[in-house]
This record gives sequence, C-alpha cells and structure tokens, in this order.
Amino acid sequence: MSDSSQQQPGILAGLLAVTRRDLLLAWKRPGDVLNPLFFFAMVCTLFPLAVGPSPEQLTVSGPGVLWVAALLATLLSLNALFMGDHEDGSLDQLLVSPQPLPVLALGKTLSHWLISGFPLVLISPLLAMTYRMSTDVMGVLMLTLLLGTICLSLLGSIGAALTVGLHRGTALLSLLILPLAMPVLLLGANTVSLAAGNEVYATGIWALGAYVIAALSLAPFATAAALRISNE
Amino acid sequence: MWKFFHQWASPPHFYRLAKVLIPWLAVPGLLLIAYGTYAGLFLASPDYQQGDAFRIIYVHVPSAYLSMMAYVFMAVGGGIGLIWRLKLAHAVGAAAAPLGAAFTFLALLTGSIWGRPMWGTWWEWGDPRLTSELILLFLYFGYMALRSSIDDTAKADKASAVLALVGVINVVIVHFSVVWWSSLHQGQTLFKKGGPGMDADMLYPLLAMILGFTFVFGALLARRLRTEVLYRERRTRWVRELVLTPGGGR
Repeated sequence: MSDSSQQQPGILAGLLAVTRRDLLLAWKRPGDVLNPLFFFAMVCTLFPLAVGPSPEQLTVSGPGVLWVAALLATLLSLNALFMGDHEDGSLDQLLVSPQPLPVLALGKTLSHWLISGFPLVLISPLLAMTYRMSTDVMGVLMLTLLLGTICLSLLGSIGAALTVGLHRGTALLSLLILPLAMPVLLLGANTVSLAAGNEVYATGIWALGAYVIAALSLAPFATAAALRISNE
Repeated sequence: MWKFFHQWASPPHFYRLAKVLIPWLAVPGLLLIAYGTYAGLFLASPDYQQGDAFRIIYVHVPSAYLSMMAYVFMAVGGGIGLIWRLKLAHAVGAAAAPLGAAFTFLALLTGSIWGRPMWGTWWEWGDPRLTSELILLFLYFGYMALRSSIDDTAKADKASAVLALVGVINVVIVHFSVVWWSSLHQGQTLFKKGGPGMDADMLYPLLAMILGFTFVFGALLARRLRTEVLYRERRTRWVRELVLTPGGGR
C-alpha cells in the first residue's frame, strides 16, 4: 500500500462518513425528522374525515391513501436534502473532495432514506390498523413501502440536486418528481390492494425490487451530474 | 464527415441552412396532410364497428407518435449536448419541448373525443395509453418548468438535459407499469392485441398523415430553432451584423 492510499479513506468509508454526519445532524434537530411523519399521519387522518368512516370504503381505499400519503411525505422532506449543505458551503466541500461524487450522493440519499423513508415504514402499520387492514396485508404494505421509499429517495435525490439553490425550489421539485414517481406509487399501492383482495401479488414486489436495483445503480450518477451542474 | 457535422452545429451556418430547409419540409408536409385529410374524411370507407368515429385517428395517431418522438428528440439532444458540449443540441431540446407538449395535448384531446362515443365517457382511467400519455404531458411540464426557472442558459441546458435523460428511461417504466395496472382493473383490453387489419383506403391516408405531421413537425422545429439560436447568440457579432444589414433580419 502506498502512502497516499493510507492517508485517503476508502470509498465505503467516505459513504459512511457522509451518512453518519447527516444522521448526526438529524439527531440534533429531531423536528426535521418528525415533521414528515406527522404530515404522513395527518394526511391519513384527513381521508376518512373527508369521505366518511364506513369500513368497506376504508378497506378498499386504505392501500392507495397510505401510499399517496407516504409519497407526499417523502416529497416534503426532499427539499432539505441538499439545501442545508448548499447554504453552509459543505456541498462545495463534497464536490471538491477526492471521493467519487456518486458515492457521496448515495451516502446522502441513504441517510435521507434512514431519516424519512424508514420511519414511515415503521409507523405505517399503526395507520394501516385504523384502515382495518389485516395483519398479513400490513406485512405486504410494509414490504412495498420499504422498497418504494428507497426508490422515492433515490429518484428524489436527482430532483433535489437539480433544484438546489433555486428560488422556486419546492414547487418545482414536486413538479419534476411526481411524474417520475408515479410508477412506484402505482406498483406499490396496487400490490397492497391485490394482497388485500387475496390475489397473487408477487409481480408487484418483484417489479419494485427491480426498480430498487435499477435506481440504486443509475440514480447516484444522475444526482452527481445534477449537483455538478447546479453548483457551477 | 466531422467537418460537415461542425458546420451544421455552428449557429450562423445552421441559421442560414434552416431557412432553406423549412420550405422543403413545410410544403410536402402540408400537401401530405391535405391529401390525408381529404382521403381520410371522404375516400376511406366507414369502419364496420365504429362507423365514422374512427376517422379521428387521422389526427390522433400522428399526434401520439410525435408526442413521443419529440421527447426522444429532447433526450437525444440533451445527451449529445452533455457529451459533446454542442450548444445547438441543447437548443433542440429547448425548441422541441413546447412542440412535444402541444402534440401530447392534441393526442389526449383527440383520444378523449374519440372515447366519448366509444366508451361513453370523456376519460377512461382503465385505458393504459391515455394514462401514460397524461404522465408524459406532466413530464413535459416538469422539463419546461425546470428550464424556465434557471436564468443561466448554459446551466438550464445541462440541468434539463439530465432531467430529459432520466425521464426517457422513466417513460418506458411508466408504460409497462400502467399496462400492468390497467390489466388488473379490467378483464379484457379495449383494443385487440394484434391490431385490426386495415383496408388500404383507410391505411394510406393514415400513412400520409403520419408522414405529413412529421414533416410539419420538422419545419416547426427548424423555425423554433432559428428563433432559439438567434436569441441565444444575441450578443455575438454575426447576429448584430444580420440585424444591421437592411433586409438581413429575414
């Protein structure tokens, strides 16, 4: 091993350092983590209030409502993904660092998922229960949300990187990401519906899994390219 | 070969060339559309199932095809612009986006008008093509919104190129997921799988319309590109000379 490689941390270390830093920042400011969760819970509450509490209707629409709410909550948290780093200049440090930028972008996306997507998956059974979802279906819901939120974080990181530093960032971000996210929503929500109707639902799970793999391998490069363009 | 390519890509050269090109695209295009319209409306025999309502395909099919074609133009232009840093390629994306959105809207509108007598409703969520076309329209809106919210042209070019490239992968995923989704929600598809066999008197006007629409699209794109090039190059000497020469602005 030469001297330079000893001084420079490896790729994995770089990824974990970025992730750890973001998790630490989130730990110090728990409001940022909790707000999307509250938003998720509230959107799920709005629906029965608007359409009525009849159990049949809630069972039918439950998967869809939970999924749309999860999508919107993820979208809400995306704006902050690169915003803070852009404002305090640490994003410039990431750009000039010797580590490959796609890996660092993946690290930031990973922390975003751990902060916003994963908690959504964890509290989803609680809300699914109020929609009278059976335990088996809850498992499918959690699995699809687990895969789906990873896709949404990865897709969203591209949009967040493209809009970082723009004035009309939030509304624009939604406009960019929602059409891209539609297949994820469609696969996720319908898979849960199929499971709720006692039908074969494996296709949806496999398709979501394929989406995760494709997004994991492509999105970090697009995010890195977008970050470079936004910070020229 | 490369010299030819570079000449094409140089803005002043392209500006002059496009002017020559436009009538050669527009005139055959309009003639083909005129023939297609006449033959489609009067010569083609009514469909045995749909009656005269099928005749809207003469507008619908070319629009739907161009709505996707324009997106491919945007993505390919963006890709070329990112890789070889050709400014003209980025201008293609900027010029093609509103055209693509317009054709997407036209395809949705004619599809919806066709759906009224066929399905008894203006909008049918169960039809995968209508739904994926709507998502395509949203993708165009996103692309144009991103472009218009970045003031620096070079930056807007690159950012929207990345979005177009991400979007073109996504269009495929949207298509397949929507097909899967609509197959869940209705027993049989609305259209026959292999496509109906078409009589020659129905088919030829349709081919003429598709070709004519493509030519007119090319002419409109060239027209928009000329304006785009002129605007982008507004601070250069050749544009100033062009404007100052009497009658040179044409």
